[in-house]
Amino acid sequence: MSTEKPAVPAELDIEAWRGVAAEENAERTAAEATDKQSVRALRSRSMRLLGSLVRPHRGLLTFAVAMLLVQNLAGMAGPYLVQLGIDRGIPPIRDHRDYGTLVGIGVAFVVAAAGAYVTKRVFLMLSGRIGQSMLFDLRRRVYKHFQKLSLSFHERYTSGRVIARLTSDMDSISEMIDGGIDNLVLAGLNVVSVAVILLFLDWPLALVTLCSFPFLLWLSAWFRKQSSRAYRRTRETVSLVIVHFVESLGGIRAVHAYRREPRNQEIFEAVNHEYKRANQRAFRLIAIFSPGIKLVGNVTIAVVLTYGGYRVLHHQAEIGVLAAFVLYLRKFFEPMQDLSMFYNNLQSATAALEKLSGVLAEEPDVPEPATPRALPSSRGELRFENVEFGYRADRKVLPDLSLTIPAGQTVAVVGATGAGKTTIAKLVSRFYDPTGGRVTLDGVDLRELSEADLRRAVVMVTQENFLFTGTVRDNIAFGRPEADDAEIERAARAIGAHEFISALPEGYDTDVAKGGGRLSAGQRQLVAFARAFLADPAVLILDEATSSLDIPSERLVQRALRTILADRTAIVIAHRLSTVEIADRVLVLDSGIVVEDGTPAELITGTGRYADLHRQWEDSLV
Amino acid sequence: MIVMLVAAGLAVGASIVVPMVMQRVVDGPVRHHDPGGLIWFGLAALALGALEALMVFLRRWTQSYASLSMEADVRDELYGHMQKLPLTFHDRWQSGQLLSRAITDIGVIRRFLSFGVIYLIVNVCQYVVVVVLLIRLYWPLGTLVALSAVPLFLISRGFARRFLTVSRQVQDSQGDLATYVEESAHGIRVIKAFGRRHHMFTRFTANADRVYGLAVERARLDSRFAPLYELIPNLSLAVIVVVGAVAVVQDHLTLGQLVAFATLQMGLVWPVESLGWILATGQEAMTAADRIYDVFDTEPTVVDRPGAVDVDRASVTGAVRFEGVRFGYPEGDRDVLAGIDLDIAPGETMALVGVTGSGKTTLVSLVPRLYDVTGGRITLDGRDVREYTLDSLRRTVATAFEEPILFSMSVRENLALGRPDATDAELAEALRVAQAEFVYELPWGLDTRVGEQGLSLSGGQRQRLALARAVVSRPKVLVLDDPLSALDVNTEALVEEALARVLAGTTALLVVHRPSTVALADRVALLEDGRITAVGTHSELLATVPSYRAVLSATADEDEDLAGWADQLPEGRGVAAR
Repeated sequence: MSTEKPAVPAELDIEAWRGVAAEENAERTAAEATDKQSVRALRSRSMRLLGSLVRPHRGLLTFAVAMLLVQNLAGMAGPYLVQLGIDRGIPPIRDHRDYGTLVGIGVAFVVAAAGAYVTKRVFLMLSGRIGQSMLFDLRRRVYKHFQKLSLSFHERYTSGRVIARLTSDMDSISEMIDGGIDNLVLAGLNVVSVAVILLFLDWPLALVTLCSFPFLLWLSAWFRKQSSRAYRRTRETVSLVIVHFVESLGGIRAVHAYRREPRNQEIFEAVNHEYKRANQRAFRLIAIFSPGIKLVGNVTIAVVLTYGGYRVLHHQAEIGVLAAFVLYLRKFFEPMQDLSMFYNNLQSATAALEKLSGVLAEEPDVPEPATPRALPSSRGELRFENVEFGYRADRKVLPDLSLTIPAGQTVAVVGATGAGKTTIAKLVSRFYDPTGGRVTLDGVDLRELSEADLRRAVVMVTQENFLFTGTVRDNIAFGRPEADDAEIERAARAIGAHEFISALPEGYDTDVAKGGGRLSAGQRQLVAFARAFLADPAVLILDEATSSLDIPSERLVQRALRTILADRTAIVIAHRLSTVEIADRVLVLDSGIVVEDGTPAELITGTGRYADLHRQWEDSLV
Repeated sequence: MIVMLVAAGLAVGASIVVPMVMQRVVDGPVRHHDPGGLIWFGLAALALGALEALMVFLRRWTQSYASLSMEADVRDELYGHMQKLPLTFHDRWQSGQLLSRAITDIGVIRRFLSFGVIYLIVNVCQYVVVVVLLIRLYWPLGTLVALSAVPLFLISRGFARRFLTVSRQVQDSQGDLATYVEESAHGIRVIKAFGRRHHMFTRFTANADRVYGLAVERARLDSRFAPLYELIPNLSLAVIVVVGAVAVVQDHLTLGQLVAFATLQMGLVWPVESLGWILATGQEAMTAADRIYDVFDTEPTVVDRPGAVDVDRASVTGAVRFEGVRFGYPEGDRDVLAGIDLDIAPGETMALVGVTGSGKTTLVSLVPRLYDVTGGRITLDGRDVREYTLDSLRRTVATAFEEPILFSMSVRENLALGRPDATDAELAEALRVAQAEFVYELPWGLDTRVGEQGLSLSGGQRQRLALARAVVSRPKVLVLDDPLSALDVNTEALVEEALARVLAGTTALLVVHRPSTVALADRVALLEDGRITAVGTHSELLATVPSYRAVLSATADEDEDLAGWADQLPEGRGVAAR
């Protein structure tokens, strides 16, 4: 984690409306920076990632490269055979009508071509398979890691960036895999083998040719350095485009209702323009690099032609050798030329790999314990011991909370916005870890529990009610994927959702559409409840989970809750006091401190805040 | 484009002339032992080489501009089009599929345009020019090279057809994967709350596996065809060497000509070989274009009618009338709304009550034309809402949704969404009405960024901001979809008090779940089975309509269980009777 963050990449003129966020640079993974040292660290990290991706395929890959070598050799034979044809094939015919040598050369040519064909085919098949399984592996790894990272990371990184990493970045790696790794490898082989062949053909001429290599190397090094910077920038800007795209289309209702389209368009065009500029920079680099290579190549050919001609004049070389020489040079520079295109893909993929390795390097803030302690018996006793927590160091939400919730008790937490109600819920479900003190379940610190144990024991239902694409059944089964249809229906019945679900066009098999768009907010909340009920945890947390329900549904849920909560520990956060009524105990929270604690009946008759709240609530029921 | 083609043409020209120069070198100075001539030819080759490089530079430089501008423009346009498409479209389309079109597919097309097209044209031109030169050099061999185009053509056709199918499948499956990724990113809290990451991971793997399978299939297809593009020119070269050598012996061809011939043919190997790759990219670009046109071809249905008029803000009274309004979602088999008749007088506040899923939200979405009615009509001041311009209609009708949507921008920008020219005083007033003055205590006040990429707010805070947003736009008609559901009682009472004043001069349509909010309304309409079954004041309906009582009274007498429970409430049971 770098402590000194560099400036934001570019000041977009849209910054003004975006407002100020707590950490301007939070969106990049913390480990990214642009100074020299971290660039090197970045590169070695992404190379390590690449290495770990390649390792499982070592065997096949070696074989594929061998294929490539053979193909290269077969391809290299061409000009040499042309030379042989001219220098060795023609004289015998001319002298004594002997076609044997020429026919032999022709056959060798066909064999070489066929060999190149077969090996190339095998290579392409293999490299396709290897490349795709590396990509598959990488996708899985990154996805898995994202799922493992804590909520605080996701809140900082935002969903748009997660999506960008798993789509656009993967695309650019897949492009490189599709778009000719072989060409890249071939170019390397070309350099070496052409150099060797040239030396073998005519070494003085070859030495002249080799003079061009330093220029090529210098040009390549320059390009590599510049373009990796340029492509890093394209990765960053494309993330911005994706973030805006996802967010604005996700909220399309509000966009339409408030005629936000023109402004959105402006913003989109601005970020898109940035992306274009970043790409343009990279493209211009190729526009210099590619003809640069060409120039070096052409100058070399001109020099070889002149010097070679001179040598032929002085009978130091044969014409065929000169022809072969020039052919080889062309074979060398031609692909090199178009290689810039593939090199380009490589650079773009490297930039993507850097981003991905950055994500993989992130550690979850809420790590799983190395040696988890088994949960003795999940009775559900919760205890807060001097718990201290703040989202930011300078503001404590909970200064020092000590609290015991016996197993089976239903506790309602009430208090104004910002009093820390949701924070308590988040600590119990271990979305965050306390900054001081500890939270225990049945005497075991939550931090020592395996994730599987913890999630089996503690489930939280929020007001968010996110539904996944799929059927209603799938969404309820999310609570316990191994549940059968009867259990799913039982859960829905228990919560009072069965009626509306069976009235849907296809009952439990109805698709809930994007984000549950077709179900009403209340219906979604019922599905979310059924999901939690099916999960059957020892501790259930309801964070304002009934806010969208209409009165009949809420009534059903209330009734259901009394049975559901009977044999388990529950924390209910609600502003509807109707929900609070079913609690065994009420906590009134103010600035993270428990100011009232008692049964609802006790508190109602008192003179405290709860009594006030309750009076207001009753007045509101008119 | 012209510059690009001219530059490309010149570059190819230069590259073709070099072998010719070589032929002259071999047949001229070398044969005649003329060192001076050699220098001249060397210089000529140098000049040509430099020219070629310059032309390549020019082409690439202009090309980078052209293709990237094209990419950016199409993306802007596609985004604009997506924004214009109605909610029915967005309900139906998975967002990941939209994203993969806007980012990946457009990128694929750009790549083809920036490399593929030019190479295609240049390579084909080079092929033609070289073949013509070869025929002129020595026609039997030249014709042979020309004929080698026939199998190339046949191969390309077969390749193209099969590749198109697979590449469409690959791209669609990538879109599905993107959708899945998007969903997992948005649903991360639920996934974590249930500890279902392994479950999600297994399903992701299945999706990724499908992409893998299709991509390998595509690679397999490519491996079958691509090497053929190398095989054919190499075989031609073999024939050229053998036949050429014989021709030299028979004096049909000079040695220099044979060298030039072989060099020229050699120069064709790469262009032909790359043809396989170019075709593949071309196919992918075509598929991508198809996928993009899927979206472009969808006409926005909620648009201004010809001759639509602006709502005159000065004179509009805000009388809203539903006349036999029907609505069904495109793929739904029955209408959600089956003939709604409802009259809302100017300045009146009408509450809409009904059980969960009865279509209340759908009904109110029709007024600002988020959806268009499928039957009947809605009028504003006696004129069909579809006869107004969309912009002015939505300016007149403001909506606060139950699920408040905040964008990642400053509080100010979020508030002024409907009216960018709102002054600070107006914002302050709206914030007061919505009891959302907490924003002044945020770290940067109104400039604090909220939304996903900013400070996270609680559900109640978000809802209050969304309400303030609706109020700021000073609408003539205010649509509030259960806007206070996430507020605590205390705040709700304060908001209601303030809201009552705002509502005095505004026509309002209020979706309501709670008796407390009903108090704001002048009249209440009960929505049941897609129809309005009762309209009246809250107390009238409570007294006369049993189903209304069931929906809105806190204690329902027909439910014995609950009656028993409600008895435990000290005073709650009195509500229905009041």
